[in-house]
Amino acid sequence: MTNLSVNIAGITFKNPVTTASGTFGYGEEFRDFFDPGKLGGIFVKAVTGSNREGNAYPRMAETASGMLNSVGLQNKGVDHFVREIYPRIKDFDTHIIVNVSGSTIEEYVRVAEQINELQNIPAIELNISCPNVKQGGMAFGTIPEMSEEVTRAVRNVYKKVLMVKLSPNVTSITEIAKAVTDGGADVLTLINTLLGMAIDAERQRPILSTITGGLSGPAIKPIALRMVWQVHKAVKIPVIGLGGIMNATDAIEFLLAGASAIQVGTANFIDPMASVNIVEGLKAYLQKNHIADVNDLIGALKTD
Amino acid sequence: MEIKKTVQDLTVARNISLNNRHFLLDLIAPEPLPLMLPGQFVQVLVNDSPTTFLRRPFSIHQVDYPRKSIRLLVQIKGDGTRHLSSLREGEALNVLYPLGNSFSLPSVKNVLLIGGGCGVAPLLFLAQFLNQNRIRPTILVGFRTKEEVSEIEAYSAFGDVFITTDDGTEGEHGLVPDHSILQKERLPFEKIYCCGPDAMMKAVARLAALHKIDCEVSLENTMACGFGVCLCCVTPTDRGNERVCVEGPVFNIKRLDWI
Repeated sequence: MTNLSVNIAGITFKNPVTTASGTFGYGEEFRDFFDPGKLGGIFVKAVTGSNREGNAYPRMAETASGMLNSVGLQNKGVDHFVREIYPRIKDFDTHIIVNVSGSTIEEYVRVAEQINELQNIPAIELNISCPNVKQGGMAFGTIPEMSEEVTRAVRNVYKKVLMVKLSPNVTSITEIAKAVTDGGADVLTLINTLLGMAIDAERQRPILSTITGGLSGPAIKPIALRMVWQVHKAVKIPVIGLGGIMNATDAIEFLLAGASAIQVGTANFIDPMASVNIVEGLKAYLQKNHIADVNDLIGALKTD
Repeated sequence: MEIKKTVQDLTVARNISLNNRHFLLDLIAPEPLPLMLPGQFVQVLVNDSPTTFLRRPFSIHQVDYPRKSIRLLVQIKGDGTRHLSSLREGEALNVLYPLGNSFSLPSVKNVLLIGGGCGVAPLLFLAQFLNQNRIRPTILVGFRTKEEVSEIEAYSAFGDVFITTDDGTEGEHGLVPDHSILQKERLPFEKIYCCGPDAMMKAVARLAALHKIDCEVSLENTMACGFGVCLCCVTPTDRGNERVCVEGPVFNIKRLDWI
């Protein structure tokens, strides 16, 4: 028997394949295609303190091996999530993890407190790539002190597993990783999108309404792998890796680099079956290579 | 009614060039087609085109259930659609479908369909659907030039067809909203369905509002997923930003902030 299950901060995931926030809705949208219970977990769409309409259209630009987005955290707010969405998804046969976002530390704390009360949510993922409106719009996750401060504030109110999603738009990812660990994170997820830009030369205008946006897809995979590798070596807490994973081979690369689990993101847009196919592909890889336990792959990169 | 979405490899049965910018693609499904409604669309995966990362959305142009065949009308815009134009009979194409909502079945008889450019794509399916419901619509379609005027016989089977061309080489000279059938003091239509470039749809929406005619438009916002999770294709509505791929692509103009 091949073991696919991984234990991350005390939570047992039936396999290390999960889906990235903002690319999988609330999981319901995929039920026409497969049973979400086949996945290790689902990171659902970002939840904020109150309703957000998000940014103006156009919000997307296709790029070489990737895409830019500037959705702007469109969601109906935490009250709506708790009241309307949670009851519909709480009995999925997989771990539902809520991505928590905010513009102020108070907003993060308020959302985390409410999600803490939901019995079937074993963890939250703190999205610290959001601009801090009280600090001139600088993203929380780009400054070690601010990253640590928001993590600690949420840690004080959130009693279950606290995952923090790191922004790659920094000079030293390990410095941020250490600050967030000091702030009380149990798990790190990385990487969020890379800040990028697309221009329409004919119209001599930006393609996105917000001018800049977040780059995702295979274009960012080498950067994501490098950051996962660096962070895995720099901190003692588990890492969940993401960034351009399209197939099982990509997923295995992240496990080798030190990720205890992976998230499938942009690939969900192109192939709704991508995540479940990765579970199957991972199983086949282990069997082909006579590896009995997927945990033997985690951080197993040979560098000698 | 909830229609189950599916991802399938369809087989190219025919690739018919209409002119140097447009072609028809007939795709055969391996099993009976799901129920599809006019206004719905498909997302096509373009293989072997390195610069084409995302799927490409196309309106369903025609459906032939006995033959398990879907016809798409495609305009060549970039690398992805150019690659599709070179597909040959027997090649496989991965398709995610059917997606989006549909045009509503009207409760009135005097119906006008307006399409411009590639925006005519969903209107043939709609015209057929209306015929099946004992409505013979008036169909106004606009093209750039005579060479691009196509499938008029197909439309004529379902309704009375009027044509404009931008350069006046066929039908009336000018843009679709300027056609003489729309210039009367009182228009003999109770419902308008429209698909085409944004500027054209907005002009039609203003006209419909002016004449107090109920009007539905089909939007073509760029999208990544096509089934409601990326939130990239939104349009402002009376209920906030809504997804063109799920709550749309068809919207009643009363719900948009166009007028």
